[in-house]
Amino acid sequence: MYQYRRWLSSTLYHGFVLVLAFIVIYPVLWLVASSFKTQPEIFQSAHSLIPKSLHVENYAIGWRGFGRHTFGVFFRNSFYITILSTLGQVISSALVAYGFSRIRFVGRNFWFTCMILTMLLPGQVLMIPQYVMFNKLGWVNTHKPLIIPAFFGTPFFVFLLMQFIRGIPLELDESAKIDGCGRYGIFLRIILPNLKPPLVTAAIFAFYWKWEDFLGPLIYLQSTRLYPVSLALKLFADPAAVTNWGGMFAMSVLSLVPVFVIFVLFQDHIVEGISTTGLKG
Amino acid sequence: MASKRIWDSDDVAGYVFISPWLIGFFAFTVVPMLISLYLSFTQYDMLSPATWVGLDNYREILFQDRLFRQALKVTLTYALLSVPLRLVFALFLALLFVQDRMLVGVYRTVFYIPSVIGGSVAVAVMWRQLFGVNGALNSVLVSLGIIEKNVGWLTDPRTALWTLIVLAVWQFGSPMLIFLAGLKQIPVSLYEAAVIDGCNAWQKFIRITLPLLSPIIFFNFVMQTISGFMMFTQAMIITNGGPFNRTLLYILYLFRKGFADYSMGYASALAWILLVIIAAITALIFRSSSYWVFYEAKGD
Repeated sequence: MYQYRRWLSSTLYHGFVLVLAFIVIYPVLWLVASSFKTQPEIFQSAHSLIPKSLHVENYAIGWRGFGRHTFGVFFRNSFYITILSTLGQVISSALVAYGFSRIRFVGRNFWFTCMILTMLLPGQVLMIPQYVMFNKLGWVNTHKPLIIPAFFGTPFFVFLLMQFIRGIPLELDESAKIDGCGRYGIFLRIILPNLKPPLVTAAIFAFYWKWEDFLGPLIYLQSTRLYPVSLALKLFADPAAVTNWGGMFAMSVLSLVPVFVIFVLFQDHIVEGISTTGLKG
Repeated sequence: MASKRIWDSDDVAGYVFISPWLIGFFAFTVVPMLISLYLSFTQYDMLSPATWVGLDNYREILFQDRLFRQALKVTLTYALLSVPLRLVFALFLALLFVQDRMLVGVYRTVFYIPSVIGGSVAVAVMWRQLFGVNGALNSVLVSLGIIEKNVGWLTDPRTALWTLIVLAVWQFGSPMLIFLAGLKQIPVSLYEAAVIDGCNAWQKFIRITLPLLSPIIFFNFVMQTISGFMMFTQAMIITNGGPFNRTLLYILYLFRKGFADYSMGYASALAWILLVIIAAITALIFRSSSYWVFYEAKGD
């Protein structure tokens, strides 16, 4: 009897979770399925998850892009912007995190408070004055406004890295000091090597945010050849202009591939990153 | 050697290390904020020099601008509905996955997927098609016999905002993970003691889980409310503010004032008002927290 009840509870649990999982994941499956459907099929059997036949050519058609530029150009732009700004954010945030967590300098608490406050300040509030500034600098219609600010530390990542630096034993710093290392040597030889896991976590999030960033490119870029995938996709999918729905869905799927690959490879880092910063924020 | 010692002294080295942030803080935050504050008192279209208009922008926004009121109403509705719904859903799933059962790790991963891709343009485009008149949702509902003919979810003023709210709730993954981590930290001994005292599952949840989780719920509430106010991508792509401005979220309105009308001064004033509103709401949540957030006594 007890075993039967356990079996029942387990079946109910898994049944319930599986139904819920199907509902939650349905839109994603639907997107992938639609990318292989023919034009009429997309609208006639709108909800089906199994295309009648696999129209792989949607991908080739979609890849042709628009405005004389293929999606190859848009993907290259996205990777260029995302990789450079991710590197910039991670490197600069590591330096700043070390400064705040290990060195007692005059004014430290004041600046740290300022940094925490900027964490609560949404970037969108600053989009007008930043645009005016970057316009004066001649940065509009270049990738610069999307990349250069990334090299000045990201408070969220500084905070994340500081949590981990606190966990590195001070004795390591001390012994490196005895061996003749200065502050900079300690950072390079002790802190950085020990900081690898949170640096990977920070890099993943930096990559995600930049990859899906839409407002930035929308404001700063005018020439089609400079567009990242996010902005290109929006124009490609403009309801008034879409002629090939299959191709549009195919490019949508393709734009999510890098995101998925990273998710599959670094799942544990992502979970850890969210759990620690969420808890200690 | 003296110079080396200076570079290694705490005061100098500290500033060397934080210099990237410090420079960026002034260049990309403090200076823009000052520019924005100045612009908010001017009329500026980026072509001719800014002209000082005093408090005119603020006066117009607060007392005459009906779109501002509409945007504020829409944004508040959006945030007040989507944030609590998302947190409830996240907590519910976290409670399911904190149990020690088979496949829990796999489930957790699957349920996190929407959050990984949710902010992207691809998902926004997909959402527009899902909820479109000829979209999958109508197709499912008609074939199940729930509705008789296709509904224009995105074009009906009563449902348009809900499509955006559902999209926000769908991305419950991050709070779910945070709750999961929080649940795992609650000592099992507390639950055991509760069982001895004759508590049922619901009482355990109300008396132990919720109070001990309240600081985490609080943290999530603050952060997500702020980000709820900042929603832009999906609102622009899925409904573009329509129908009849029923999904005109604040940032979308600000964006239009700035980059469609080129009223940079007016848009700056809108940004400052938004900042004040966010600060006020954050303060309000913090103030009220003493009533519903339970902090364990320090010293254990």
